[in-house]
Amino acid sequence: MELSLKHISMNLSHIEKLESESIHIIREVAAEFENPVMLYSIGKDSSVMLHLAQKAFAPNKIPFKFMHIDTTWKFREMIIFREEVVKKYKLDLIVHINQDGVRDKISPIVHGSKIHTDIMKTQALKQALDNYRFDAAFGGARRDEEKSRAKERIFSFRDKSHRWDPKNQKPELWNLFNTKINKDESVRVFPLSNWTEIDVWQYIYQEKISIVPLYFAKIRPIIKRDNMLIMVDDDRLEIKQSEKIEQIKVRFRTLGCYPLTAAVESSASSVEEIISELLDTKFSERQGRLIDNDQIGSMEKKKQDGYF
Amino acid sequence: MYDSKNIYSDQLNQTQIESEKYGTQGNNIDLALLIDGLQAEREQGITIDVAYRYFETENNKFIIADTPGHEEYTRNMATGASNSDAGIILVDASKGVLDQTKRHTFILSLLGVDNIFVTINKMDLINYDEKIFSEIMKSFKIISSKFNFKLEKFIPISALNGDNIFKKSKNISWYKGKTLIDELEQISLNESNDNDNFSMPVQLVNRLSSNFRGYSGTISSGNIKINDEVVVLPSGEKNKITEILTPSGKKEIAISGQAVTLTLDKEIDISRGDFICSNKKNYYFSSDQFASHIIWMNKDDMLPERNYIFRFINSQTIGKITDLVHKININSFDKIASKSLKLNEIGYCKVALNKNTIFNSYKKNKSLGSFVIIDQFSNQTLAAGVIDHELRRASNISWQDLYVNKQLRSSINSQKPCILWFTGLSGSGKSTIANIIEQKLHQLGKHTYLLDGDNVRHGLNKDLGFTDTDRVENIRRVSEVSKLMVDAGLITIVSFISPFKSERKMAREIVQKDEFIEIYVDTPIEECEKRDPKGLYKKVRAGELKNFTGIDSDYEIPIKPEIILNTKTKNAEDLADEVLLFLKNNNMI
Repeated sequence: MELSLKHISMNLSHIEKLESESIHIIREVAAEFENPVMLYSIGKDSSVMLHLAQKAFAPNKIPFKFMHIDTTWKFREMIIFREEVVKKYKLDLIVHINQDGVRDKISPIVHGSKIHTDIMKTQALKQALDNYRFDAAFGGARRDEEKSRAKERIFSFRDKSHRWDPKNQKPELWNLFNTKINKDESVRVFPLSNWTEIDVWQYIYQEKISIVPLYFAKIRPIIKRDNMLIMVDDDRLEIKQSEKIEQIKVRFRTLGCYPLTAAVESSASSVEEIISELLDTKFSERQGRLIDNDQIGSMEKKKQDGYF
Repeated sequence: MYDSKNIYSDQLNQTQIESEKYGTQGNNIDLALLIDGLQAEREQGITIDVAYRYFETENNKFIIADTPGHEEYTRNMATGASNSDAGIILVDASKGVLDQTKRHTFILSLLGVDNIFVTINKMDLINYDEKIFSEIMKSFKIISSKFNFKLEKFIPISALNGDNIFKKSKNISWYKGKTLIDELEQISLNESNDNDNFSMPVQLVNRLSSNFRGYSGTISSGNIKINDEVVVLPSGEKNKITEILTPSGKKEIAISGQAVTLTLDKEIDISRGDFICSNKKNYYFSSDQFASHIIWMNKDDMLPERNYIFRFINSQTIGKITDLVHKININSFDKIASKSLKLNEIGYCKVALNKNTIFNSYKKNKSLGSFVIIDQFSNQTLAAGVIDHELRRASNISWQDLYVNKQLRSSINSQKPCILWFTGLSGSGKSTIANIIEQKLHQLGKHTYLLDGDNVRHGLNKDLGFTDTDRVENIRRVSEVSKLMVDAGLITIVSFISPFKSERKMAREIVQKDEFIEIYVDTPIEECEKRDPKGLYKKVRAGELKNFTGIDSDYEIPIKPEIILNTKTKNAEDLADEVLLFLKNNNMI
């Protein structure tokens, strides 16, 4: 029987448009670069990005490597989840740890978020990019997360020392991406640039994408420090005399290093409940991220130095 | 966004803190700081770059591309407009239609934004006067009648009080229309402007080790069903769709905007850069020349005849702008004669590409009608273009086949024809060495010709001066002449300053690989000035000469010349012998 076009919706939904745009971006990198890598941070955005990469090359397997920059301070549940994902999707995953930082015992608690992030994330990332000579690195960052990200290109150029120059970005029109680089230069590519936090959650719901259980509310051991709810994930977190461990029902809106990532009190224990909670919230998702506000314009400065 | 309650309270708090430091609203919150994401923008209190912000209403999701509106940010406006479905033009009710209103309208029209909302803002300052509103509307319609917008609406608003943005204004009871958001909600996004004409640029070939072979890409127009007849361009081979993989799995049908993978009935050779399209004739252009509007986005001027990279949706090729027909004053829409385009200027240009490319007019198909121009060396994105129509000039002039060719001509000379391209500063010694070489070759019984910069400028290039534009044309003509001479079987010696990498590359690329020998005469500028054989440096220092290479015009040192001649350590005679030795070693003589 001849299929009639009239019975099919001829317009894509907003989420379907975002999905196709992201797949287009991922394919463009695979077609134009010699040695791309997808940064995998274990978070919800990385899970969505991985899901899209699979769709982009189906029924074939993803033609590039994945990499996790492990600061050694991630939540334990994140690492367990990472290993499950690697097995399930047969990912070619590199785990890179800055051994200089391990030797110097760099810790977010002792050295503060700024030094820890610089050494264990930014420097670690640069080491790994140099070491493996990747010419394009995918990241899951979104423009709605933070205002310097709102101004970054989808294909964001990095010079030989991985620096971002916000005042000298190449104009990016239509979906005509400038993929030209010289030797030792690279690009960071953000396929989720135009997604919002809600879009990500709606997509996770629609596609049944598995995510780290820390996103769901559960009773967890918590201390209150500087008005933040910090989870006691292992015994490296020293409890001060004035602090006490409480059992509170919390969840995490974003995931990073556990001493730097604050929980929110919540009872949302399914994706639907998270979506309805988000539609009501008054706070942004990065509110729980201590590294964003350690100085004015701080994300922009970190990014200029090579942070994702 | 503030009105739609799409701003989180910690972001508002942060904005309050920054308002006290950088704000322009006293101790009140300065909402501009929400959008001005870069440190430099906050410090200078201006928006420099396009900011993308997101908000949603009950029914719809919106992405705002917020762009600065001044003339020096034309490129940002074009960038924002390139992916937009609708444009909101802000007119200050107390000022009326200004030059910048015309500019914004022009850019939206050029970039094909079909739905425009003219919001007359600051109605509170004019006491919500309907007469002023109507007058502004009338004068705007005079401008927009020149263009062809699908939808054009006028809304009186006060952004400060939120009048007619989300809520109907009580102050403007005479206005019977909808609020801005209600209007935006109802835009029809039926953007697949060509439903019957299916086209998909092949982005990559998806090949599995077994027998799966799919072609991936984003559908740029129309729809496709299983069993549809298609044609593959540029080969023109016919084929049939056997399988459609969409983001939501295998389907019977796919529509415009979807990123899909298609499999075909017959196995043929298809690669990135090809197109799979519905089997209809005359929808596409396949040509190497077209006319287009170009928005120049770089601080280095556009130079006609310079080789640039032209990036299309799934391919890139070298090409050049052969003619700048006119420049457009975007405040008055006047057409102005000009030789080049500067940053933020828009021109109507003729483009010639090195190879045939498939495209369409931007009006018919945005994805097939747009391109960007990239610099071959710096990789900067220099410009954006929208294609108007194809030009058929090149295809009307076919090559006349000749019976005697280059090989035959040079075989009776017992030599391999080539170009010895001398480049270097004025006074570096190019002509001196070139002369000695020609003498020596002549003594060996070789057939040569020497093209000297000064001599050619007396005749063939008499009409050219020393601006960057003219220098490019100067070299282009000399390259073509040397190509003819190589074709005639001659060893052609070119002695030109030829200061720019791009044009030397162009000269290299029009002949065969081993026929171009770049010789860099390396003499420091201080030494050239000391020698000053023609007294030119003296004139420059006295202010009598302008655009002099090495002083107030650039010389770009060759990256990988075949030969470098250092005139400080060796004399001209020895250097000439070095070149002869190179020719012998490479079996040219």
